[in-house]
Amino acid sequence: MPPVVFWFLATLSIVAALGVVVQRNPVHSLLALVLTLISIAVLFIGQDAVVVGFLQVIVYAGAIMVLFLFVIWLLNLPMETGSTGRLAIKFLGTIAVVALLAELETFSMPAQLQIKFSATHAAGYGSIETLAETLFSQYLIAFEVTSVLLLVAVVGAVALARRSTTVEVQERAEQLAGREKAA
Amino acid sequence: MVQLSWLMALSGVIFVIWVAGFIIRRNILVMFMSIELMLNAVNLAFISLGSRLGTMDGQAIVFFVMTVAAAEAAVGLAIIISIFRSRETVHADDLTLLRW
Repeated sequence: MPPVVFWFLATLSIVAALGVVVQRNPVHSLLALVLTLISIAVLFIGQDAVVVGFLQVIVYAGAIMVLFLFVIWLLNLPMETGSTGRLAIKFLGTIAVVALLAELETFSMPAQLQIKFSATHAAGYGSIETLAETLFSQYLIAFEVTSVLLLVAVVGAVALARRSTTVEVQERAEQLAGREKAA
Repeated sequence: MVQLSWLMALSGVIFVIWVAGFIIRRNILVMFMSIELMLNAVNLAFISLGSRLGTMDGQAIVFFVMTVAAAEAAVGLAIIISIFRSRETVHADDLTLLRW
């Protein structure tokens, strides 16, 4: 990945991420978010993590964002008016965030990590075969547990989002009564 | 050649932007988006370090993080929908009562 490409994507993702935070309209936030996700995905691909980069576009920028969009439209959210929060929270939050940034940039730098890095990749690094080999040998148990987790999450989401059964029974009774009247 | 430190710095900056989004915004949906994307900023650090170490472990972990994020998004949005049904608001400051 040439440095020019990196700087372009870095600028794009930071600007779009700031856009998510400052937009009043939830749909605009979401669009800025998709832009951020796609630029991060290109950064993945630029580092030979091709499969994960495409998964990021399909799963994150595709599926999860569409889910958010559905919810925004389902709830029929209006654009926020007035202030987006309390001034004290904004002030203290900004201080806390700057402190966190300073801490991260101090302690997560490679010079601090005392590891010997090299950028040479073996043949097939990042391809779907090597990823599958890693997943199904070293991380097999985690992979299987994840499948159970997904099942539980889907069942839980359906159970949480459906209306209570009493309401359903009442509605069905009303529908039937309406049909009988029509007949 | 892109330096590893640049990538780690970018990951840190994006992460704290979304921490700020979570703290400052009061709209539950935007707060939830911020949580999702903190995970993504950390994924960038995983991929960068894994790429420099030449191992596939970073990518495997990112794969799991994405899966868990998808599950979390489904459950979280379901919770937001059911809250909205009973309270008719997505403003976090209006959701201070535990019992209704």
